[in-house]
Amino acid sequence: MANPTSDRRMQIYGALLLLPAAVLLGTFAYLPTVATLINSLFLPGFRGAPPAFVGLENYRVLIEDATFWQVARNNLFYALGTIPASIALALGMALFVNGRLPGRGLVRMAYFTPTILPMIAAANIWMFFYAPQIGLFNHLLEGLGISGPNWLGDPGVALGSVIVMTIWKEAGFFMIFYLAALQSIPPELEEAANLEGTGRWSYFWRVTFPLLMPTTLFVLINALINAVRVVDHLFILTKGGPNNATNLLLYYVYENAFSFFDRTYAATITVVILLVLAVVATIKFRVLDRRTHYQ
Amino acid sequence: MAQQVIRLPVRAWHSDTGQGMSNDNNKRITLDDVSKHWAGAAAVDGISFTVSPGEFVILLGPSGCGKSTTLRMIAGLEPASGGRIWIAERDVTPLAPGERGISMVFQSYALFPHLSVADNIVFGLRSRKVPKAERSERLARVAELVGLTEYLERKPAQLSGGQRQRVALARAIISEHPICLMDEPLSNLDARLRGEMRREIKALQQRLGMTVIYVTHDQVEAMSMGDRVILMQEGRIVQDGTPGELYDRPATAFAASFIGSPAMNLVALAAAADGAVIDGEPRCHVASHAAKGHWLGLRPESIQLAPTEAPGVPAEVVDAEYLGADTIVRLQVGSQQLRARVPGVPDRRPGDACRLQWEPRAMHFFDGESGQRLALAGHDVAAPPHPLTPDEALSVSSPHGIHPQE
Repeated sequence: MANPTSDRRMQIYGALLLLPAAVLLGTFAYLPTVATLINSLFLPGFRGAPPAFVGLENYRVLIEDATFWQVARNNLFYALGTIPASIALALGMALFVNGRLPGRGLVRMAYFTPTILPMIAAANIWMFFYAPQIGLFNHLLEGLGISGPNWLGDPGVALGSVIVMTIWKEAGFFMIFYLAALQSIPPELEEAANLEGTGRWSYFWRVTFPLLMPTTLFVLINALINAVRVVDHLFILTKGGPNNATNLLLYYVYENAFSFFDRTYAATITVVILLVLAVVATIKFRVLDRRTHYQ
Repeated sequence: MAQQVIRLPVRAWHSDTGQGMSNDNNKRITLDDVSKHWAGAAAVDGISFTVSPGEFVILLGPSGCGKSTTLRMIAGLEPASGGRIWIAERDVTPLAPGERGISMVFQSYALFPHLSVADNIVFGLRSRKVPKAERSERLARVAELVGLTEYLERKPAQLSGGQRQRVALARAIISEHPICLMDEPLSNLDARLRGEMRREIKALQQRLGMTVIYVTHDQVEAMSMGDRVILMQEGRIVQDGTPGELYDRPATAFAASFIGSPAMNLVALAAAADGAVIDGEPRCHVASHAAKGHWLGLRPESIQLAPTEAPGVPAEVVDAEYLGADTIVRLQVGSQQLRARVPGVPDRRPGDACRLQWEPRAMHFFDGESGQRLALAGHDVAAPPHPLTPDEALSVSSPHGIHPQE
């Protein structure tokens, strides 16, 4: 029979251990989420009047807001453009630098450098690459006799340009996860496969890739969250323009909150983003988790 | 890929025992002066041996002696720095592991953690594009053979150590390669299971007629499983012979100390008036003058304890370790310590004096510097105390000379 007093003491002890994290999460994650949810049900009060409760009015406005739908569509393309490409590139780079290769450490570092650079600095570098006349890309294209596009000014090209930069920035980060996962695969597995005459391609698809699935899942969720979290490089590169061609969800939230001072509408969009993220993450875990082998 | 048949050099056939077994030659393995250097240091230093079809050969040695590296070179997982490796009359030295027609059981089993037992076993068959019907037929047969039929749907993580070991064996067997390499396959199992698997592996090997090269540092595995044991030390072969030869005629002091449990006693011999004596015990000479400065080797099981009034080498009991069937008694003789294995419960206490006796042919002599076996004869310590004449000494010496080094 356990001593009830000591049992209680253990529970308090456990709760105290959890407290710091709980306070931090509560203050900076859960409380703002709830506040956002409540805010989204109000209209801002003007000239000192208290905010007026309007129910789902903000959501009705949102559904009729053509700019929101354009931004959402942009974000979808952005996600489709960045996530698979950056993951594939990350995996490719990890496989490359995991092999026997002279100057391996240097190559690994080179691949990881974009991740270390602050986004603002990186965006400024890419500003120079993309600049219409003096930019590096157009300068190179000119050498080939091609007149390059206005990378960030042409509504048809601008989103693509932002996507390319994001892939460059993210792939190195994801590579680190893949590299760590690859190094946890025992080398005997490949030796055992080699003894049976298994080709490298076959080994990759039958052993390496399935064993990397937990990492892929993790990276996938991260990439998805990153895809709706983009503010900083839009701030430097395009400010969402031209004509909202590169405007993405979180930047649109930012615009509404701090440029148009429509806090409650910004809250509404935020709630929608959170909902969509929750749904997508749930589906991913449900579908992929069943097919994922955890060591 | 063209499979050219290259005739082996004549000397590679020196230990050929099966001239009439030419269709078994696909199971023959020959190493000719094979070396492996890591950054200048030799891990394997020019070793040569031939494994006959159907033979169970043990590569035995302490860790770092190059036995695993040798096995990995045969498998093709490590390129050889020098020498040639032949499998089935084919020079496989430059070939990839998959082209050598061998299977291998790894120490860690190297099972694919995300695949079921069945998929693990047929992994290689899928790589070799064996049709599905044949795959499942062979799987059923092999699973039956190793007793895994009920576990085919499980993942390796859901199996016990012994079952994983069986999966690894099944994967090696199903390939139907005539040669199987095993790299310390039992070292991750507990002692009881290890004994069981030893018998099972040996029985499987004999039933399937496989040629096996088996790496281990455990002399019990080597003695109980091997048709032949190749003892290695520092990248070289110390002795190559049957378990019986290794036990009865160790080629060096190292071989003597590696085989047997407890290992052979090695005691230093010093000069005395009548001949060589155990260092610090001048009363009873054990060999002629030629043996002084060398080592005397005595198996613990060939030493008998006799009362103090009997002839023999005077000794004092240090302690006794009771093991049930027998007792290991530690004895002080002069400056040297010996262990003797005596049957039953210890009847002597620490500090008791006694005499040690042994058969003259139980004595082994090794060079004091090189450790090589010497063709010396010992005196009969159990005989009444008078020096043997040289003729008598010769009559009890072993009939062979120095055991030839491979």
